[in-house]
Amino acid sequence: MSLFRVMRLKRFGTVVHCLWVHGLLAGVEALTLLSLIMVPFQPAYLTASPEGATLSDRAGMLASVEQVAHVLNRLTYGPHPEDIERVGKMGIKSFIEQQLHPESIPDAGVEQKLAGLETLKMTSSELASAYPPPQVIRQVQQRQREAMSRPDDPSSGEMMSKEGTAEAPPVPLRRGNPQRIEAAATEPARNPNMKLEGPREIVKELQQAKVIRAVYSERQLYEEMVDFWENHFNIFAGKGADRWLLTEYDRDIIRPNAMGKFKDLVEATAHSPAMLFYLDNWLSADPNGPHPKASKGRGNARNRPLGNRRYDPWGRPVPPSRIPSSPPAAAQNQGNPKRGLNENYARELMELHTLGVEGGYTQKDVTEVARCFTGWTILQPRQGGAFFFNERIHDKGVKAVLGHKIHAGGEKDAEEVIRILVRHPSTAHFIAKKLVTRFVSDDPPEALVGRVAATYLKTEGDIREMLRTIFYSPQFSSREAYRAKVKSPFELVVSAIRTSGGDTNASIPLLQFIARMGQPLFMYQAPTGYPDRASEWLNTGTLLTRMNFALAFAANRIPGTNVELSGLLGEVSPTQVDEVRTRLLNLYLLGTASDQTRAALSKAPLPPGTDNARIPDVSAPQATVSKALPVEIAGLILGSPEFQRR
Amino acid sequence: MTVTRRVFLKSTGLAAASLGTLTAMPKFLLRASALKDSTGTDAARHRKILIAIFQRGAADGLNIVVPFGERNYYQMRPTIAIPEPRKGDSATAIDLDGFFGLHPSLAPFKPLYDQGHLAILHAAGSPDNTRSHFDAQDFMESATPGVKSTPDGWLNRLMQAQPAAQSTPFRGIALSPQMPRSLYGPAPAVAITNLNDFGIRAGRFTDQMTEAFEMLYGNSAGDQVRSMGAESFEAVEFLKKMNPQQFQPENGAIYPNGPFGNALRQVAQLIKANVGLEVAFTDIGGWDHHAGEGNVQGQIANRLREFSEGLVALHIDLGDRMEDVVVLTMSEFGRTARENGNRGTDHGHANCMFVLGGPVKGGKLYARWPGLRNENLYEGRDLALTTDFRDVFGEVVDKHLGCKNLAKVFPGFNSSPANYRNFIRV
Repeated sequence: MSLFRVMRLKRFGTVVHCLWVHGLLAGVEALTLLSLIMVPFQPAYLTASPEGATLSDRAGMLASVEQVAHVLNRLTYGPHPEDIERVGKMGIKSFIEQQLHPESIPDAGVEQKLAGLETLKMTSSELASAYPPPQVIRQVQQRQREAMSRPDDPSSGEMMSKEGTAEAPPVPLRRGNPQRIEAAATEPARNPNMKLEGPREIVKELQQAKVIRAVYSERQLYEEMVDFWENHFNIFAGKGADRWLLTEYDRDIIRPNAMGKFKDLVEATAHSPAMLFYLDNWLSADPNGPHPKASKGRGNARNRPLGNRRYDPWGRPVPPSRIPSSPPAAAQNQGNPKRGLNENYARELMELHTLGVEGGYTQKDVTEVARCFTGWTILQPRQGGAFFFNERIHDKGVKAVLGHKIHAGGEKDAEEVIRILVRHPSTAHFIAKKLVTRFVSDDPPEALVGRVAATYLKTEGDIREMLRTIFYSPQFSSREAYRAKVKSPFELVVSAIRTSGGDTNASIPLLQFIARMGQPLFMYQAPTGYPDRASEWLNTGTLLTRMNFALAFAANRIPGTNVELSGLLGEVSPTQVDEVRTRLLNLYLLGTASDQTRAALSKAPLPPGTDNARIPDVSAPQATVSKALPVEIAGLILGSPEFQRR
Repeated sequence: MTVTRRVFLKSTGLAAASLGTLTAMPKFLLRASALKDSTGTDAARHRKILIAIFQRGAADGLNIVVPFGERNYYQMRPTIAIPEPRKGDSATAIDLDGFFGLHPSLAPFKPLYDQGHLAILHAAGSPDNTRSHFDAQDFMESATPGVKSTPDGWLNRLMQAQPAAQSTPFRGIALSPQMPRSLYGPAPAVAITNLNDFGIRAGRFTDQMTEAFEMLYGNSAGDQVRSMGAESFEAVEFLKKMNPQQFQPENGAIYPNGPFGNALRQVAQLIKANVGLEVAFTDIGGWDHHAGEGNVQGQIANRLREFSEGLVALHIDLGDRMEDVVVLTMSEFGRTARENGNRGTDHGHANCMFVLGGPVKGGKLYARWPGLRNENLYEGRDLALTTDFRDVFGEVVDKHLGCKNLAKVFPGFNSSPANYRNFIRV
């Protein structure tokens, strides 16, 4: 790891002290860095403020180092030790532009880190067949146990079919590595790649990938936007078939569109099996249907998701024997009940995805939108099936949505709805407000929201352009916005690793910390997604967990996640209390810790054997102390109020 | 939010200083202070407690407390209706009064109902017609239907309106990973999922690190993060002293596995440890049955089993302590009277609520029943509303907790005892 240069800065002014803990810098480097700090920072974009904020308004603006820190804290998951210097050199504007164009940033490193997560590359149908639900796995294991315990079959491990004939090849069942077993179970039929971990493993790898990308990707802003849209178009991994569908949703629906046009995101999510399943639209049908098939109908009876068969919440057909006996009063209705309209997706599409709850729609609009979306369903959801428009269950009548008459016909009805919704000014405002809340403040300045909404309308919802409007606004660089956002648990964990230059494979203990702090990834049940507000994350229980995470992380007590504190200390001896403190404060808080935090750290009681006043003799046998001291200080700083903010 | 660091009394006794003048002292405290019992815990023993349970996702009240006397109920729900009670058939509704019946998964409730500990409200809920989960939960937890700008939750305002019987950080507790909207606000409250995890963990350095973090988060004026940290450490210190984990379920109570059972078990521990708990909140999700809801078996049946087993375990575990406890259940809205095309139900309007505890006049279903004929339905589709949830909350707040400042707890609402359903004993 290259040496980290630390700076200490007096706020607001041009009087800057540079404290080089590591002695002299190379001349060129020093000059570059000094010029960054000494020259009043005047990015061109600040002078172009349309709202009359001028550069003489320095009091409300951030000083240069804070500017760099601020941009890094908002556009990335936390500055890597080299980032401050790097961004200082290249200039904030270049950095912003680079991040706005993720396709221009090479990112081979992160791909390498992800290589071991094989589910990421699999299609939903491959996942559905390779990771059957636990009951199927149990069935297989049961059969194998029976086969193994059979007295007339001393050759252990051989799979026996029901008839007792040995199946080849005989492979014992083991947990862990990919197993090749011959499934004697009826379902999934004879899949040689069946894994024993169950679908939980798919979600775990998805969670791991999210953490690994956030930690290692150079395309930091892009990863933030993926997170933003995944939360905006939230899907709960715990809902039935979605555990097999989310991988594709993340890879093929959200990621390709995260920096593009908002309309593409709405269209892609609307077509995605994961969303169709999560918000039940795959089940929604014209109550007056099913209609006779048109001449060139797609799909045969076996593939039709909506027939007379019954389905459980996982989209599996329910065998007749498992259907509970029906109430007597309903008996006459048995046999062929009509399927009908389901409003769930229609409502959330308007309330949460586009217009916002105050966007000006009525219950009538919800019903009409639901009618437009009838027939948008999934082919064989149980097998990870794809989008399928089933015209037989589509409501062919004329509909009226937000005052627009819709009779485009067939699949085009709902496409027309999406066009109407994404062009609506309420959508522009709703999306703008949510973006400003994410990147500026929990109380988004209305003036900026208005400008971002205007950008939305002008550029047909171009995400990159909306972000540009935000990043180059005076509100973004204002004093009020500095450290105004409280990190989500995910952001806290990733920033701790990044700022420390640590390493992680994002295995379960780390994921559990994120969950215990209140943000199990892909596991928010409601379609609202996690609220982006400090008050949502801060309460007594979760704040203590944050501190405990900080301590566990600094002490390398989280398996699979490592930080080399000695590397960060460089030549500073671990027993030099004051130096360690200064160095770590500069590293984690860029030297801009509050006076209170500095005071608290300097007064903080330290592990027995150390003494603030007396620097222990390095030559003395102080092994425990020298190990514990930086660990505890780092833990305190990572658990400090300042580090909870970005 | 500005919360100044509060200093709470280290003793568990009556914090008389916080009560102000004697005339302002609530009745139950006067009574309590006069009644020093043998355990020496005096007031704590008779502190009135409210446990609020939120069924998130809009539970289907018509399949929970079943109006089997309504012919149209069966017309509208051809595949998911609960059959009317039949002797000896456990796959039918459990008869309450010849018209209403409990879902068979609520069988554990029946003895409590018969003994008069459990009351039921029906056709109750929010007058706002939103069918958004998010909005409706927000409205019910803020107790201001239609007003989104209300900053605090009704349980928090309840604590603001009442002087604390004992100064303690555990007066208001949410057994949940996030602080629920109901407890948002300036009165201190704690959100917690596992009592064992509540503290700094740093091996042999635990004490020193706790002290160091305390200093880091001290002097919290004006900073949201710091003030929350300060609150946390008060709570840690206090909980350590009270040691609720020493209390095991009593009287043979068995809580169901899962987060709901765990939450209730810990509520009971906190009550037994006399940490000063007055308001507890927890929730149970998984009620949004748009498809494949099931009837006597299936999704809703499974949720109801966990729900009833949890509440009954709490009742058994607390034993005599239930004399001072009211458990109140709620859900953001009911579901459509008619089943939809997927053997499920969509978002509806009025719903049922349960009230359990010693102070409850149970064994009765309290409802002005609007009927389920097509012409009775709200907006042509849902069970109509005849009881505003704020009148239910209000009666508990007023008659059980003794808080008379209902205008504070339910801003903009004209609370009046005339609208109470009178399910709480006087």
